[in-house]
Parts: sequence; structure tokens; C-alpha cells
Amino acid sequence: MKEIKNMSRPKGSRVSGIGVYRPKRKVSNEEIAPLIDSSDKWIRERSGIIQRRYASDKETVSAMAIAACEEALKDSKISSIDIDLVILATATNPAQLPNLAMEIATKIGATNAGAYDIGAACSGFSYGLSIASQAVLSGECKNVLVVGSERMTDFVSEKDRGTAFLFADGAGAFVVSPSEKTEISAPTWGADGNLNDWICMTKDWPTYMNEKDGDFPALKMEGQKVFRWAITEMVGIAHKTLEKAGIGVEDLGAFVPHQANQRITDHIAKSLNLPPHVAIARDGVNMGNTSAATIPLALDTLRRNGEVKSGDLALLMGFGAGLAYSGQVIVVP
Amino acid sequence: MTDEQIVSDLAVILNEVAGVDQSKVSAAKSFLDDLEVDSLSMVEVVMAAEDKFGVKIPDEEVKNLRTVGDAVAFIKKAS
Repeated sequence: MKEIKNMSRPKGSRVSGIGVYRPKRKVSNEEIAPLIDSSDKWIRERSGIIQRRYASDKETVSAMAIAACEEALKDSKISSIDIDLVILATATNPAQLPNLAMEIATKIGATNAGAYDIGAACSGFSYGLSIASQAVLSGECKNVLVVGSERMTDFVSEKDRGTAFLFADGAGAFVVSPSEKTEISAPTWGADGNLNDWICMTKDWPTYMNEKDGDFPALKMEGQKVFRWAITEMVGIAHKTLEKAGIGVEDLGAFVPHQANQRITDHIAKSLNLPPHVAIARDGVNMGNTSAATIPLALDTLRRNGEVKSGDLALLMGFGAGLAYSGQVIVVP
Repeated sequence: MTDEQIVSDLAVILNEVAGVDQSKVSAAKSFLDDLEVDSLSMVEVVMAAEDKFGVKIPDEEVKNLRTVGDAVAFIKKAS
């Protein structure tokens, strides 16, 4: 029997570069508060958020993703022509099609790459990172770009007290490459579709089109329910993720959860009994919740501030609409 | 358990979870307006109360618990 040759598989995969894009415009709590009958104090107490970034018309989902990918390529020192796959995680592509990963791949010069979008909302980046790692481990791709890019402000009502102060815009990307060691752990992921109406849209597009003067479909969230789910379920998921990776909390250099709300981060970190040397990502304080972009943005900030160094282990955790979640441990590049 | 015991235990929980001064807690006090317990802290209070009193407080019930007295009545009925 004949067989296909020239298929080699690496021993492991690694994150070889990180890049981000932060929209130019900073938006304070004071700017948002009047629209939701609120105050800077009220927003800070409920979320820990001090400011966030809002994208301009020119800072599209694609444009922000391209900027993040270019920075990640530079950080990894890998050329765009050596990228075999581009995965975009987004919930905010303004059009049903085309998907945006193709445009991103072309504009960054990844002319040898396949490209597609995935949708897992706030877990999207974690899911994408696992897919990218699997593609490298299988030997089918050498280098993969995974990018989360979101314009949440296009899909959030500025007058909704439950969401307006939380969500924001931004992008972040990882390059994933082969390694001699395991530098990205297997994911602990899952989805509970029974809870899908806890974070969803106020209506679908056909309903909107059949209405005469309805409001546009906007994000809505059962904040208290999601809060309780996150602070209870994610602790067990974190433990499982560490167990799968064969490490304990004492081995971590950083904890980088999805930046949904700083009070969720506080709770999970406390329940995990993280030792004092573990840096806890709090990028959401200045960036809000950028859905699939929070994890790379938060890790970028820890790196820039010198709170983690190359070679440290970081526990990443995505969770959100679906409800979906995914955790993995990586070696910080 | 007497109402006073439940109020006293709730006062301890409110102090631990939301930093509420225990001496301010009484049946007539509103969680939000008087004790400044916000919606997320209320979730934490409910979770701690479930553990302490061995009861289940359903999500749809939480919005009916406006005052400490409402919570006491629910806990007595459920336990």
C-alpha cells in the first residue's frame, strides 16, 4: 500500500509573538454615565472599569485585526508569507459575509494562508488559540495567526444600564509556531447551550426587519446570573486546566482571565488562592470588555509592564456568551 | 432559628461580603437603598446565605428580597 510522505509533526506548539491594537479614543466613565443615569463611582464599584476605548469609523474590525497581526508578526520575527492559517475570532463582523479573515490575511501579506472566522464570543480567542495549536501540532500548518477583534460598541445600546459601561473595542493576536516542547496546553473547554439566553441579542435580524420602527438588535445580558456562573464554574475549570497541564497555581507566573468584569477576576483569583508572585491581568480597568480581544490585550499589558517575563507560565481563561468557556496554559513568549 | 439569629447571621455575611457595618443591619433595612449592597454583591450575599442556612434561593426569588426582613422570611420558609 502506498502512503503519503513528507508529513512531519512537531513535538509541541508555542506562542511565538503577541500583538495588539488599542483604538485611539479613550472614553471615561463620566462620558458614559449620563446616558445610563449613573456615575463614575457606580461604574467603578460594579466593574472596576475606569475607562475604555471606542473605535472610530476607520478602526474597523479588519483594520484593528490587521494592526494587531502585524505587531504579532514583528514580535515573533516570522514573515507573513510563512503563515499557513489566519483565524479571526469575532462576534462583531458587521456583515453576514464575507468573513473577515481573508481580507486580513491578504492585507498582511499572508498569501500562503488559509483563512476563516470563528464565533465563540468572549471565549473566541481561547477557542481560536486551541485550534491554532492543534493545526500546528498536526503538522498541517507551520505558523498560524489567531486574532480576536471586536467593535462591541456597534452592538451595544449606549442606554442599556446592564451593558453600556462594560463593553468596548480593540484587537489582539498571537502567532502560534512549532516547538520542541509543549508550550500550549490542551484546552479545558465546554459549552452550556441551556444558558444561551443569559447573554444574547434583544432580537434577530428578520424580527428587526419586520418591525416598522424598532430598535436595532443589541446585546443584552443577565448580569447577576452570569456573575454567579462565572465566579463558581470558572474556578473548577481553572483547576481542571492546571491539572491537565500537570502544574499547580504555584507554577504560574500570570493569571489572564477574560476581562469581563474586575469583580469576576477578583473572585476567581481569590478562590484559586493564587500565590502573591502570580501577576493578575487587570487590563479591563483601562480597556473595558472587548470580548474576544481581552486575553491578548491583557497579556500584552502584563508583558509591557514587566509583570510577566518570557518563559513564565500563564493561565488563560475565556468565558461568555453561549455560554462557552475555554482555558489553557501557555508559556509566555 | 429565631428571626434575630437569622438577622445576626445575615449581618455577619453582609459585613464579610459587602463591608456593611453589622450594627446597621436590621429587618427593616433595604439591601440596596439603606445598606448599599449592589446587584453583584447581592449575588455574593445570596451564595453565602445559601451555604450558611442550607437553603436554595432561586434567581427569580432574589429580586423579591428587597429588605433584610424579606430575606429572613424566605430563609425561614425554605429551611
